[in-house]
Amino acid sequence: MGKKKETDDRFKKFGTVSFTSISKVNDFIDYLEDGKIMGSACLECGRVFFPPRADCHECFSSNMDWFEVKGAGILETYSLLNFAPAGFKDDAPYLVAVLGYGKYKVFGRISNRLPKDQIKIGMEMKAVVNKLAGGQLNYVFEKI
Amino acid sequence: MGKAAIIGVGQSVFSRQYPGSIRELAFESFKDAMRDAGVTAKDIDASVVCSAPEYDKQRSPAGVMAEYMGLNPQPTFYVETLCSSGSTGLRLAYSLVTSGLHDVVLVSGFQKMSEISSAESQERMGRGADIQWESPFGTMMPAYYAMHAKAHMEKYGTRLEDLALIREKAATYGQINEKAVYRKAVTADMLADPENMMSNPVATPLRVGDCCANADGSSCLIVANEDKAKAFSKKPIWILGLGAASASVNLAGRDSFSGLDVAERASRQAYDMAGIEAKNIDVAEVHDCFTIAEMMAYENLGFAKPGEGKELIGAKETHKEGRIPVNVDGGLLSKGHPIGATGGSQIRTVVLQLRGEAGEMQVKDPEIGLVHNIGGVGIYGNVTILGRR
Repeated sequence: MGKKKETDDRFKKFGTVSFTSISKVNDFIDYLEDGKIMGSACLECGRVFFPPRADCHECFSSNMDWFEVKGAGILETYSLLNFAPAGFKDDAPYLVAVLGYGKYKVFGRISNRLPKDQIKIGMEMKAVVNKLAGGQLNYVFEKI
Repeated sequence: MGKAAIIGVGQSVFSRQYPGSIRELAFESFKDAMRDAGVTAKDIDASVVCSAPEYDKQRSPAGVMAEYMGLNPQPTFYVETLCSSGSTGLRLAYSLVTSGLHDVVLVSGFQKMSEISSAESQERMGRGADIQWESPFGTMMPAYYAMHAKAHMEKYGTRLEDLALIREKAATYGQINEKAVYRKAVTADMLADPENMMSNPVATPLRVGDCCANADGSSCLIVANEDKAKAFSKKPIWILGLGAASASVNLAGRDSFSGLDVAERASRQAYDMAGIEAKNIDVAEVHDCFTIAEMMAYENLGFAKPGEGKELIGAKETHKEGRIPVNVDGGLLSKGHPIGATGGSQIRTVVLQLRGEAGEMQVKDPEIGLVHNIGGVGIYGNVTILGRR
């Protein structure tokens, strides 16, 4: 009887329901545990990616480094979901949004703590790690 | 490269729940298209089958369809680009016949969405987006288009009232289309009335009335090279231009949210190939899965300048009697949106218009028509230009 092979399925912790368990960027989850949201940057050509990628499509290199998503992003657009898809019923209603950081953008949720009437396209926001039920992790956007 | 024409079209009634299996559903439009073209199974050299596979319990539907349609032993295969699968099927059929590989190719699109619940459907459709990085936040199609609506409103001052006019128009023609799933009137007043369910928010700013309905349905097109088209058909409708483009699945990879880049690129390609401009289009079918999608289509296709789509619908220029009639069959909003069948159904509508066979929906003497068919939230963009000569 062989020893059971360990599977690195850390990515299943991402979001309310993750549809992915194994990815070459599984370290993203460890960074989230440490309160950090990370993108990846190509060490060959310098291109930055968010969401992080294991491979650069510009120069075909897989030599990547992590960088932290920090500071202010601009709220580009958002929507309040009044109905949720299967698996997300307990979360509704919630807001999804895109923050622009110049060289990259981040898709995520706006914090439920922020009053809806304070949300405005063009406002500055920051992305912060958010712990969900059952040890799941995501990130939300908060007012600066 | 030689020419290709559409010589036969068919569409099933779009319904809430089709009382049969997927092969029987696809057969409804197949027999219509075959009779329309006046051909038999031996005249079909290959078939292309289009749907969105997450709804099907059947693995690899092409084989089942070819068998049921009596199209064995000719080659058959499956193609999908979400909601634009039908247009992609036509693109393939065009290249198969103009390359000389085949003379006549059949394109069958179908979807039986009623087999799963609405919430399940939203979850599956949401997985037509980026499942690794977006779906874990709980995404669905209305929310993605709602984000585009929000950006469009912010940038151009588009109002909910403007979007409601698009729904009102769709419902006007849905009522006279006997193949439409939703045949009742929807007025802009209903979308503005808090007591009316049409005004219920789905994903802000989009309301129930801004969203298309799920439906079961099928469509079928028969495409032939020039010789066969002339031999079989008195009124072949020629494929004059084709455009197709793709964009980042993750919204984080998009430059702008006030339009769809793929639609703009695909239309430019199609206009160039046909040697025409937007102003030459006499009738159009656009992918109005949501009201905002039609508003963006006006601008991406060049029917209106960016931000001026609201003036176009406000002046009723996209109504049947207007300068550029759009979706005079009820569109996805009222005719219904059975994913894999949608592109073929849009193309059928324009073919019937160009032949002068659109009945009560007929616009006055159109020469050139356009079909805009989008997969996902602007992941896949397809524009097809058809003409009488």
